[in-house]
Amino acid sequence: MDLLTIADKTFTSRLIVGTGKYSSPAVMVRAHEASGAEMITVAVRRVNITDRTKESLLDYIDTSKYFLLPNTAGCYTAEEAVRTARLGREAGLSNWVKLEVIGDERTLFPDNEQLLEATRQLVREGFVVLPYTTDDPVVCRKLEDAGAAAIMPLGAPIGSGLGIQNVNNLRIIREFARVPLIVDAGVGTASDAALAMELGADAVLMNTAIAGAQDPVAMAEAMNLAVRAGRFAFLAGRIDRRMYANASSPVAGLVGR
Amino acid sequence: MRITLNGEPYDLAGPLSVTALLGQLQIDPRRVAVEHNRIVLKRGSFDATLVAEGDEVEIVNFVGGGDGN
Repeated sequence: MDLLTIADKTFTSRLIVGTGKYSSPAVMVRAHEASGAEMITVAVRRVNITDRTKESLLDYIDTSKYFLLPNTAGCYTAEEAVRTARLGREAGLSNWVKLEVIGDERTLFPDNEQLLEATRQLVREGFVVLPYTTDDPVVCRKLEDAGAAAIMPLGAPIGSGLGIQNVNNLRIIREFARVPLIVDAGVGTASDAALAMELGADAVLMNTAIAGAQDPVAMAEAMNLAVRAGRFAFLAGRIDRRMYANASSPVAGLVGR
Repeated sequence: MRITLNGEPYDLAGPLSVTALLGQLQIDPRRVAVEHNRIVLKRGSFDATLVAEGDEVEIVNFVGGGDGN
């Protein structure tokens, strides 16, 4: 069985999904089911003190079925991210964190310097750190050296739906990554997810591509299939690219020759 | 007495435990994490931790999100 192992946990599904931007909790629940995902990322925010009528996200997530991955989305410094990770650990009672330290508002590109600092700190504190990073092979290596349990380079800016922008960088990262490689962010449609997996990614994480689709539940199923198809193709080993045709029928025995 | 709760001034009758504060706010303690004067509390210490005048308290929970924001 082809299992995904990150730190001390194994997963059957190689698709990790988010919980943001859904039109309703009911749609989110159905999309999660259709995605086949076993790991779901959630954000950590202040409780609304004045309005207690709002339902909690956890009312809609069966935590016996899904593994919760708290994230530090929206944090701009290592200090904020570490603080948020510590709170996420207490809220979720697990020491896993999808670590994000954003460096720029328009692109939401990570601040790799702060990210490395936060990774080192959280690893020291016993966290299983999954850092969201740029698709920079050197930064990915530094994150590994800092003790990251996986590396999560972006395919394109968060929520952009542009697909994998730098295939070659991902190939290079794949070459030397010793921890799981998860493509996080930038997927727009199923072929983007399949491509990430064909390149050898161990998993793909997405939110907007599913939640923002016209039919999120159908897209979740498409992503489920695409991630599996891409994985199978990677394991099967693709043929070499060649410039000219190479007939698949025998030349011998042609009628009339 | 006045504390700072989630970044805003908040008035309370007097010192109380974190458990009592959550009860007063009608918040299920199993669904949140609490930071008291910048120290993240273990859930088991909600009863024993006293909130006093001038303290800073953050109460957070999980919300929908994937990346960014």
